[in-house]
Amino acid sequence: MSNNSSCMTCGSSGGLCGGKALVTLKEGVWTSNPLAIQVLGICSALAVTNKLSNSLVMGAALLFVCVGSNLFVSLLRNHIPHRIRMVAEVAIIATFVILFDQFLRAYYWEMSKQLGPYVGLIITNCIVMGRAEAFALQNPPLVSMVDGVANGIGYGVALAIIGFARELFGSGQVVFFGMTINLGDWYTPNQLMVLAPGAFFVFGVLIAIFNVLKGSDAEEDKK
Amino acid sequence: MSDTSAWIILVAAVFTNNILLSNFLGMCSFIACSSQVETALGLGTAVTFVMTLTTMINYAIYHFVLHPLQLGHLQFIVFIAVIAAFVQLVEMIVERFSPKLYFALGIFLPLITVNCAILGASLFAIIRNYTFVQTLGFGFGAGVGWLVAIVLMAGLQQKMRYSDIPKPFAGVPVAMIITCVMAMAFMGFAGMVTIQ
Repeated sequence: MSNNSSCMTCGSSGGLCGGKALVTLKEGVWTSNPLAIQVLGICSALAVTNKLSNSLVMGAALLFVCVGSNLFVSLLRNHIPHRIRMVAEVAIIATFVILFDQFLRAYYWEMSKQLGPYVGLIITNCIVMGRAEAFALQNPPLVSMVDGVANGIGYGVALAIIGFARELFGSGQVVFFGMTINLGDWYTPNQLMVLAPGAFFVFGVLIAIFNVLKGSDAEEDKK
Repeated sequence: MSDTSAWIILVAAVFTNNILLSNFLGMCSFIACSSQVETALGLGTAVTFVMTLTTMINYAIYHFVLHPLQLGHLQFIVFIAVIAAFVQLVEMIVERFSPKLYFALGIFLPLITVNCAILGASLFAIIRNYTFVQTLGFGFGAGVGWLVAIVLMAGLQQKMRYSDIPKPFAGVPVAMIITCVMAMAFMGFAGMVTIQ
């Protein structure tokens, strides 16, 4: 886990006023994208991205949990004793994860079965914990919620890109809400992209692309 | 599923269904702690130890307490609490009785609480409806599989320090590409034994 970058994130946006909202939003989605720049919470990012629809549901799950836990950690930030703050954070996060898991089981059983244990594993997702620890503990509730939204979106977007690439190259077409994007007959689907190695490969390339886009200053930030 | 021998599950968990290379669990510490073979070995041993025991404890808690009381939806919070408490306990016991082991293993123990492979192994054992003996085989096998993967990776990373990597790929991206190749190599074991 890259502690340095999360600390820097909170240092540069540690203001107490709500006017920081835009800056916070931009940081979560782009400049310190949790997945592509900070490389946090990659387990689920790799596991559920074999399809675009799975990736989006996972992104939604993380958004919900991150917003909820950030809000409550922030509301309680003056009441949680410093020494047991980790336990308190985990309890809050787990509560929201259970809520989302129950919701999926009740209304989208098929999806819940496909995601398997990975919904539950949001508890140990470093992003949620990292945001609660680095941001929500120091900031008022509203900004913390914005931070949760920003990180959720940043994570979701990165996930969607990976999911899109893997489904497109893995099965030759992307099916999404009834819409189908087809690569055509000339392309022979590469099964490997849907399997485990494809996940590692696409994710590695995605980070490399982010590195190029962000230029050399991002490289120095990371160190 | 229920009649598969625990030995087969053990072998499968190490090779064909490696918890890191095919289930992507424990990636964070895999990326962060895989630059030195010794460190990787220490962390891997600690993970194997904790994983074997916590999957069994969680199995018992789920099937004898949570399931009969219809509290299955509380499994996440209970499992993570068990893991955290267990790690704390092990840390205290090891520190008291074997300072040498504590220095070798101690620094890795706190890291383990947030290792998703541990929680993941417990959840997989419940989802796949393993019996107690199968859970034992799976927990140990998954731990060993993780150990094998991270040690191999550390060995490669040590060699890689001297290679000329294109700048955008330096660091995590190239680690991912290497893991990709490793995962492909491990797919060669597929068909030997299968679970799930």
